[in-house]
Amino acid sequence: MENVGVCDEFVNLKATELRLGLPGTEDGGEEERQKVSCCKSNKRAFPETEKDIESTGKTETASPPKAQIVGWPPVRSYRKNNIQTKKNESEGQGMYVKVSMDGAPYLRKIDLTVYKQYPELMKSLENMFKFSVGEYCEREGYKGSEFVPTYEDKDGDWMLVGDVPWEMFVSSCKRLRIMKGSEAKGLGCGV
Amino acid sequence: MDRAIKLQLSTSEMNYFPDEVIEHIFDFIPSHRDRNSISLVSKSWHKIERSSRHQVFIGNCYAISPERLIRRFPCLRSLTLKGKPHFADFNLVPHEWGGFLHPWIDALSKARVGLEELRLKRMVVSDESLELLSRSFVGFKSLVLVSCDGFTTDGLASIAANCRNLRELDLQENEIDDHRGQWLNCFPDSSTTLVSLNFACLKGETNLSALERLVARSPNLKSLKVNRAVPLDALTRLMSCAPQLVDLGVGCYENEAEPESFEKLMAAIKKCTLLRSLSGFSEVAPICLTAFYPICENLTSLNLSYAAELQGNHLIEFVQFCKRLQLLWILDSIGDRGLEVVASSCKELQELRVFPSDPHDEEDNNTAVTEVGLVAISAGCPKLHSILYFCKQMTNAALITVAKNCPNFIRFRLCILEPNKSDHITSQSLDEGFGAIVQACKGLRRLSVSGLLTDKVFLYIGMYAEQLEMLSIAFAGDTDKGMLYVLNGCKKLRKLEIRDSPFGNAALLADVGKYETMRSLWMSSCEVTLGGCKRLARNAPWLNVEIINENENGRMERNEEDEREKVDRLYLYRTVVGTRKDAPPCVTIL
Repeated sequence: MENVGVCDEFVNLKATELRLGLPGTEDGGEEERQKVSCCKSNKRAFPETEKDIESTGKTETASPPKAQIVGWPPVRSYRKNNIQTKKNESEGQGMYVKVSMDGAPYLRKIDLTVYKQYPELMKSLENMFKFSVGEYCEREGYKGSEFVPTYEDKDGDWMLVGDVPWEMFVSSCKRLRIMKGSEAKGLGCGV
Repeated sequence: MDRAIKLQLSTSEMNYFPDEVIEHIFDFIPSHRDRNSISLVSKSWHKIERSSRHQVFIGNCYAISPERLIRRFPCLRSLTLKGKPHFADFNLVPHEWGGFLHPWIDALSKARVGLEELRLKRMVVSDESLELLSRSFVGFKSLVLVSCDGFTTDGLASIAANCRNLRELDLQENEIDDHRGQWLNCFPDSSTTLVSLNFACLKGETNLSALERLVARSPNLKSLKVNRAVPLDALTRLMSCAPQLVDLGVGCYENEAEPESFEKLMAAIKKCTLLRSLSGFSEVAPICLTAFYPICENLTSLNLSYAAELQGNHLIEFVQFCKRLQLLWILDSIGDRGLEVVASSCKELQELRVFPSDPHDEEDNNTAVTEVGLVAISAGCPKLHSILYFCKQMTNAALITVAKNCPNFIRFRLCILEPNKSDHITSQSLDEGFGAIVQACKGLRRLSVSGLLTDKVFLYIGMYAEQLEMLSIAFAGDTDKGMLYVLNGCKKLRKLEIRDSPFGNAALLADVGKYETMRSLWMSSCEVTLGGCKRLARNAPWLNVEIINENENGRMERNEEDEREKVDRLYLYRTVVGTRKDAPPCVTIL
């Protein structure tokens, strides 16, 4: 995923930019694997997410970027190219993300840049999928409805829509999923 | 009566029959290997066999020349040719390495061979070749191209326009330059003979009305695989005028599926009662998959390995109803849970391929499959004989269980995504696990190993894998002994491909005669040196020993010190026609 680069004239701007991550590390998109849980105070403690960190053995310091070995894994280039294009789709005009809702056979795509804030987005989703979401409160999430809007961020974590500031959400959201029922309570990662 | 005498008598008795009768008997023997054996019995049988042979399979296009092929089999009608080595699929072979179709078409055309079928894999095909092909063979019926490149839709236009009797045009995973021309329009109105049309790999737009007209006037069409550019409503129209379809490839993108279009699609699908095989779905909303619920019980073949949009739960919901499935290609997003559902639902399953949805582990998610899914499949599917499985982790215990559950494997290809990964529970190597596989599966013909492996696994392979014909090794072994166990033990070995393993000259040179019994050997990033390769080439003049250099532009320097230089990529193969003349500068043939 491309990082919109800072112009050379503003060389020092990068140093002052506020980012998540250890000092001295760069946000280089897909090559960077920074698993620093202490800096992610905004992320809710989903049980599955914590298990992820343990089972993959990643430590709490920034791990080196994964070097890609030529011709590995042995997947035909044709196949690799055809799967990869899906991931790069959100480049270009607007910030299109896919939206799925548990139980609905329809998959939708919306442009996040069209909305100014969370309430607009929620209203649009409610209209699109004919459901209503409960009341949001920071500590306990959504109450009063069996539908819970979640999203997957750049790091692959599933977050509750509304947890982070709007701008951060727009830039980090990869796709939306409206969870339903008991699964929503545990806020699991899905399949 | 003594069996040997009986055999001798029967053969000589057979010779009293006129040639036409013997030829007719040979007609019942389609396997090219059996035909090869027949031709060795006697001079007269050789003569009869070669003049009646219609189908020829050439596993390496550089093993023989087109002229010699035609001289021996003048009545050739169907030809299969394979070009680049297998690892070319993974970008390990330079683009211009070779495998050109043109000399073959040229020779066949000049000799006026009555070619009807051509199947190519990993060959470089040009528009000129396709044009020449289309004009040279009046009875040409079938063109199948797999993993080929070098041509454009202009070449397809020639085929469409000139092959009056075309029945099959099957393009699988080729890199085709799409000129967005009107190649589909080039099928003349009188063309009604199509049985199979697959252009799923074309990236550009498709002339939908030309396609619809073509399908409408092809009553024999059994197999249709379209590309991404065919949207939902066009697909619906196509299926409506071809309810006789047996094999369908879908590829349409639907952002906002209107309920009406969905209804129409379902109605069209319900009429396709003969549909047995489904594929594509490369850019498709889950809705498209649910539309196929009415016929999913009839499916014997399902390829959803390009359906990156479909999440695990969609896949599971669909697959659980496909009770008659024999072939399933899927992404690992189905997860272990999904594979457990497959194991309990698809009791007829024979071939399973699970591909990685995230090959470079960029997303760091937990939806990949593990040893749990593999064990479940082995326990639930008694007819399983072929598997290709990409996973993140494996254990010896799981492999031992799989071996016990499925002794009938013919093809077992396991790829653990991280090289050198050990048994994730015991931290040991996976020697014992793979050892169990080769010991139990007496009919194993193809094997790919991965994970942490020592020389021991090769000892097992050499000892037990008696029917093994093809072996793929990556990041495995400790010493030359490993490779030697395989070369000495596997009597039926035809193709050996090795990368990033510590095998060197000692193993390479131990038994030069072995390579005469094999089609080819590939070694890349191993320990063999230029000196070793040179010695091999000197001792085996019937081999082409090719060194593919890292620096694609430079030739190798003739420097004495280079003898000790490790060879980056080595590809050797037996041939009856010596050094090929079409090698590019980056390839040195010793």
